[in-house]
Amino acid sequence: MTVNAAVKWLKRNLFSSWWNGALTLLVLYIVWSAIPPFLDWAIVHAVWSGEGREACLGPGKGACWPFIFANLDQFAYGRYPAELRWRVDLAFLLGLAGLVPMLIPRVPAKLWNLGYLVVAWPMIAIVLIAGDRPGLVGVDTDLWGGLLVTLIVAITGIVASFPLGILLALGRRSEMPVIRTLSIVFIEFWRGVPLVTVLFMASVMLPLFLPQGVHLDNLLRCLVGVALFSSAYMAEVVRGGLQAVPRGQYEAARALGLSYWQTMGLIVLPQALRSVIPGIVNTFIGLFKDTTLVLIVGLFDFLGQVRIQLSDMHWSTPQGAATGYVFAALVYWVFCFGMSRYSVFMEKRLNAGQIR
Amino acid sequence: MADTKKPIIAIEHVDKWFDDFHVLKDVNLSVAEGERIVIAGPSGSGKSTLIRCINRLEAHDKGRIAVDGIELTEDLKRIDEVRREVGMVFQQFNLFPHMTVLENCTLAPIWVRKQPKEEAEATAMRFLERVRIPEQASKYPGQLSGGQQQRVAIARALCMNPKIMLFDEPTSALDPEMIKEVLDVMVGLAHDGMTMICVTHEMGFAREVADRVVFMDQGEIVEEAPPTEFFTAPKSERTKAFLAQILRG
Repeated sequence: MTVNAAVKWLKRNLFSSWWNGALTLLVLYIVWSAIPPFLDWAIVHAVWSGEGREACLGPGKGACWPFIFANLDQFAYGRYPAELRWRVDLAFLLGLAGLVPMLIPRVPAKLWNLGYLVVAWPMIAIVLIAGDRPGLVGVDTDLWGGLLVTLIVAITGIVASFPLGILLALGRRSEMPVIRTLSIVFIEFWRGVPLVTVLFMASVMLPLFLPQGVHLDNLLRCLVGVALFSSAYMAEVVRGGLQAVPRGQYEAARALGLSYWQTMGLIVLPQALRSVIPGIVNTFIGLFKDTTLVLIVGLFDFLGQVRIQLSDMHWSTPQGAATGYVFAALVYWVFCFGMSRYSVFMEKRLNAGQIR
Repeated sequence: MADTKKPIIAIEHVDKWFDDFHVLKDVNLSVAEGERIVIAGPSGSGKSTLIRCINRLEAHDKGRIAVDGIELTEDLKRIDEVRREVGMVFQQFNLFPHMTVLENCTLAPIWVRKQPKEEAEATAMRFLERVRIPEQASKYPGQLSGGQQQRVAIARALCMNPKIMLFDEPTSALDPEMIKEVLDVMVGLAHDGMTMICVTHEMGFAREVADRVVFMDQGEIVEEAPPTEFFTAPKSERTKAFLAQILRG
C-alpha cells in the first residue's frame, strides 16, 4: 500500500512526462556528482585536529579545519589587542541585549528599545571599542579587523540608510521643487557610481580636499560612504512602497486634519514599508555582503582577515585556501539567511492580522 | 440663533483648471449653517472637484472660498484649521487598512485634537453605535462589507465633531443592497441639523432631506432650487435632460 503510494507520488511529481523524467534524471546526476565529493572533502577526508601545516599535508587529505579553529580570534577581532577584546565582546552582548527583544514582537516598549538600539547603544559601543575616553586604553582603528569590522560597517550602513532612505524617498515625492530636485540628484548620484569608486574616493580623494590638520579616520570615511551609498538604494525601495499606497489614504488622512508628517508617519509609511519588506531586507543583505569591498581600501573585514591568515606560512597548505573560503562563505550565509528568515516571519505575522 | 443665515461656506467666482481642462467655471455657492445641499450632475461635471476644493484636497485657481470665516489660501495652518471642522466621506471609503475600526475613529481626535485616548475611544464608541456597528470595533476594515466600511468612514469623520460634512458619492461604490444602510445613517445625520453637502445620484435622498439641489454640468452650476421645484419644474433644458435620464421609468 505505502509502496504503491510512493510509486504514485514519484510518477506524479517526478516522472509525469518523458521530459520531466529526463529533467529529474539530469538533476539527480548533477546532485550526485557535486554533493558526495564535497562532503567527502569537507567531512570524511577532512583534517579535524592537529597543530600547524604538517597536520593537513599529505595526499588525499580534505579540508584543513584546524586552520580555522586556530585562527577564530583573528577572524573575529583582527589585530585588536587580545587583552582588550572583552570590550568588543561586551559591546556585542549589549547590542544583542537590545536586538533580541526588538525582534520578538511580543516584547513591549518597542520605541524605547529602538531608541536604545539606534542612539544609546552605538555610542556605548564606539566608546567601548575605540576606547578614546579617559580611563580606557585607546585602540586605533588600524588594529580593528575581522568580523568586528564587517559588523561595524554593515550595522552602520543599515542603521543610517533606513531613516536616510525614507527621508530621501519622501523628498523625491515632495511637492516642493527644491527638495525634490535635491533628493533626485542625491539618489541618482550615489546609485550611478560603483561602491568601489565611493570607497576609493572616501579613502584617497577626500583627504586631499580636507583642510590641513584635519584628519578623518579611514574607517569613518568608509562608513560615511557606505551609509550614503546604501541610503540611495533604500530610498528607491521605499519609494516603490510609497507608490503602492493608494492616493485615497493620503487624502483621507489630510481631510481629517492630520499634518504632513502625521500622515506619512501614521498612515502612509506603515503601509508602504510593510509592502516592501522583501526589498528592504534584500538591500540589507546586499549591503552586508558589499562590506567585503572595504578590503580594497586597506580595511580588513572578515573576508580580508581570512585572506591574511591564509598567507600565514605556519598554515600554508594546498587545502588551506579552499577551507578558508568555504568557512567565510558559511559565515556570510548564516548572517544573510538569518535576515531572510526573519523577514519571512515578519511578513507572515503582518499579513495574518489584516486582510485587505 | 440670530445669525443662522450667515453662510458657513462661501464660494465666490471660483475657477479651476486641470492643465487645459476648465473643470470649474465661475462657480458661486453659499451654504448656510444647518443647510443640506445635494449636488447632482453627469460625471465629469466638476461636482467632486467642487467639494474637494472646500477642504482643499484640490486648490482653486481663481476666486474665493471661505469656510466658517476662514479663507482658504496657500496658508497650511488655515487649511488644517478648516480640515478639522470639515468631515469628509469618500466614494472608496478610504479607511486605514492597517488599523482597527476603533483606531480609525480615534486616530484624528488623539493626534489632531489631542484628546486623551480614553475620551477618544468613548466618543468613537458612541458614534459607532450611532452608525449601528459598535460590535465591529476591534475588526480591521478588510473584514467588513462595503456598507459597513462606509458607515465606519462616516463615524470616523463625526469623531472629529465637524461643523460640516462633505459626502463625495458615498454610495456609488456599494452593492445595491448596502446603499440603504448608508443612506439611513445620512438621513439621520441630516435630521440632527448637520450642515451637509452631498454629491450623489440618490435622488430619493435629495427629495427627502435636501434644502437645495444644485445641478452642475460642464463645470458650471446650471440650476439650484429646492427639491420639489427642482424635480417638478426644472428650468434649464440640461437639467430636464439629466433628470429624464436619471429618473427613467
